[in-house]
Amino acid sequence: MDKRYVSIWFRHLNTDWFSLRQPQLRNVPFVLRTPSHGRMIITATNAVAEANGINTGMVLADARAVVPELEVLDDIPDLSEKLLKRIAEWCIRFTPVVAIDLPDGLLLDVTGCSHLWGGDENYVSDIIKKLKTRGYDVRVAMTDTIGAAWAVARFSKEPLVIASNKHIDALMSLPPQALRLEADVVDRLHKLGLHQIRQFIKMPCASLRRRFGQHFLMRLDMALGQQIETIQPVQPIEPYQERLPCLEPIVTATGIEIALRQLLETLCLRLMQEQKGLRTAIFKGYRIDGKIEQVDIGTSRPSHNVKHLFKLFEIKLPTIEPDMGIELFVLEAPKVEDHLPMQEKMWEGSVGLEDMRLSELIDRLANKVGIQTIHRYLPDEHYWPERSFKQSTSLQEKSTTVWRKDKLRPLQILRHPERIDVTAPIPDYPPMVFRYKGKVHHIVKADGPERIEQEWWLQQGQHRDYYRVEDEEGHRYWLFRLGHYHDETYQWFIHGFFA
Amino acid sequence: MLDAKTDILKNLQSDILRLQGFKSMSNVTLDIGLGSITNTFPNGSFPLGAVHEFLSTQIEDAASTSGFIAGLLSSLMGNNGITLWISSSRTLFPPALKSFGIEPDRFIFIDLQKEKDAIWVMDEALKCNALSAVVGEIREIDFTTSRRLQLAVEQSQVTGFILRNNYRKLNTTACVSRWKITPLASVLNDNLPGVGFPKWKVELLRIRNGKAGTWDVQWINGGFIPVESISSVSIWQQQKAG
Repeated sequence: MDKRYVSIWFRHLNTDWFSLRQPQLRNVPFVLRTPSHGRMIITATNAVAEANGINTGMVLADARAVVPELEVLDDIPDLSEKLLKRIAEWCIRFTPVVAIDLPDGLLLDVTGCSHLWGGDENYVSDIIKKLKTRGYDVRVAMTDTIGAAWAVARFSKEPLVIASNKHIDALMSLPPQALRLEADVVDRLHKLGLHQIRQFIKMPCASLRRRFGQHFLMRLDMALGQQIETIQPVQPIEPYQERLPCLEPIVTATGIEIALRQLLETLCLRLMQEQKGLRTAIFKGYRIDGKIEQVDIGTSRPSHNVKHLFKLFEIKLPTIEPDMGIELFVLEAPKVEDHLPMQEKMWEGSVGLEDMRLSELIDRLANKVGIQTIHRYLPDEHYWPERSFKQSTSLQEKSTTVWRKDKLRPLQILRHPERIDVTAPIPDYPPMVFRYKGKVHHIVKADGPERIEQEWWLQQGQHRDYYRVEDEEGHRYWLFRLGHYHDETYQWFIHGFFA
Repeated sequence: MLDAKTDILKNLQSDILRLQGFKSMSNVTLDIGLGSITNTFPNGSFPLGAVHEFLSTQIEDAASTSGFIAGLLSSLMGNNGITLWISSSRTLFPPALKSFGIEPDRFIFIDLQKEKDAIWVMDEALKCNALSAVVGEIREIDFTTSRRLQLAVEQSQVTGFILRNNYRKLNTTACVSRWKITPLASVLNDNLPGVGFPKWKVELLRIRNGKAGTWDVQWINGGFIPVESISSVSIWQQQKAG
């Protein structure tokens, strides 16, 4: 299919926005200013001021001399970028691919979109009408290339919808600055008497390149469609995406649920046919007032189960505020993985980590309390107790080593070993008495020591001599001495509690 | 005549159990290895598909309680079962579970900040019949919540354990039983040095349709041994457990 592009030019973007907020500014000459090199420079004008001969870049004092009743406001830095981004997101109603064209325009890839509005003319006039009602003065052009659309929107006085393959004719009568050239190149062209594109379009490439540089040729080729130009959409398009426009804005929770279910069904059907399953999904609602409400979910293994995914979304749906109503629902799956069909009957009833019901439960929990709260551990080949296990990244991960059972470990362990006061008789003998949290424990039975050396390649430090002891009440503890008995610096710690 | 009477009584008793929401366990009996203690349970088998409550006041008791539960889990989980361990201040050391005959990687730990979340997770997990058991370290639980958990397990037949360490108030709950496990001095034969096998005082404070009681239990060689039935020979050749 031949590409079609629309360029939207906001003639007075920033001043239009100020007039929207302060309607009294609409019919008076009005400019925005910003300080530069000790002077006030005009950065934007409205239509009335422009008609009075005031242009951007003028010094404010000069403009005041021309129009004494000029209204002046301070410009806001980066205002146009913010405005364009907001309008671009709103424009996604017309096409999924919308790009910002700084400083004052938007570019839309409308290939295959306009027939939904009943033709190119209707499509363009709808864009103009919708933006006009929002209060923006725009010029819109539709052609086959980005460069030509840009040029026609800004410089053409002729019809703004250029039929397919007619864009070169449309360019002929336009001035050279329509090609998005640098100012000095434009000046040079005018000095040479080349005031229209048709005057130099037929010149040989080699001489054009010699006089005006490679950039000039690139711009020319882009406008003519001989070189492909890409645009950066404000919202990247997800390959797995479903859209549901609504005739009437949706405001009820039931309505949102129906929309979600419908989208999930179509998306999951497609995923199933392609043997894929989604890992993350985003459900978006485009509100009438231009805001986007969204909720997202993640799954621990690829899934295309409508019921399960709906359950995950269900918890988060109440956070969507429909306000005046939602007119478009979009469901995206940014992360999709292979999901081979399995013989479900065979797995049902089996317990274990492979069970679908388990991973669905984990999804539900992770969705509510966060994935960081869910832990599963695998053995690690270290003697140091704190390092003897490691966190597993998934339910399916298999351990490469086995859990040791030759050394006894306490069931309850303190996150950080705590200091205790100890009376120990002879070097390397277990202590007789220790005091922990103000309570004195007399040791009756003891096992040990089990020496665990610090792993020097990971961490420097002293070794630990562990003792398993039992006091006269039958409580069993895991104590250790850090360092040699003969060192002055040795310390006793309590680390765990045996069953 | 007498036989007929006992038959009628037996039937009536099982009717009452059924009416109280106790599904007949005849198809899912599991020998939990508690020996003579099993006789005190309703129908003579450890109540599966129910929520059990464990009390403890200090961390030493909590260690014994988790040891006892780990012992129960080892027969509950079998070869392939999964247990969810929910806690808001977990001190359990996963590698130690191995000495109770369970692979620690078949535990999924949920570590939460708030008890409210813990109860929600517990409720949700108890509804999932892919799990063998759910253990929740929940300090305070009111009657309504415990009844909700009990209703969840009646559907799914998952067994739940609630560990109430340092509980503030001892209130009525809908749990099927209430246990208290405290450590006892281990026994050593012939004045051998070292620490013996774990030994606990198991107090069954309350059980629905069963008889409460107190026993001394040891964990030896991957199984419970009620103390009176311990034979003094050949124990020491076995591996000890922590």
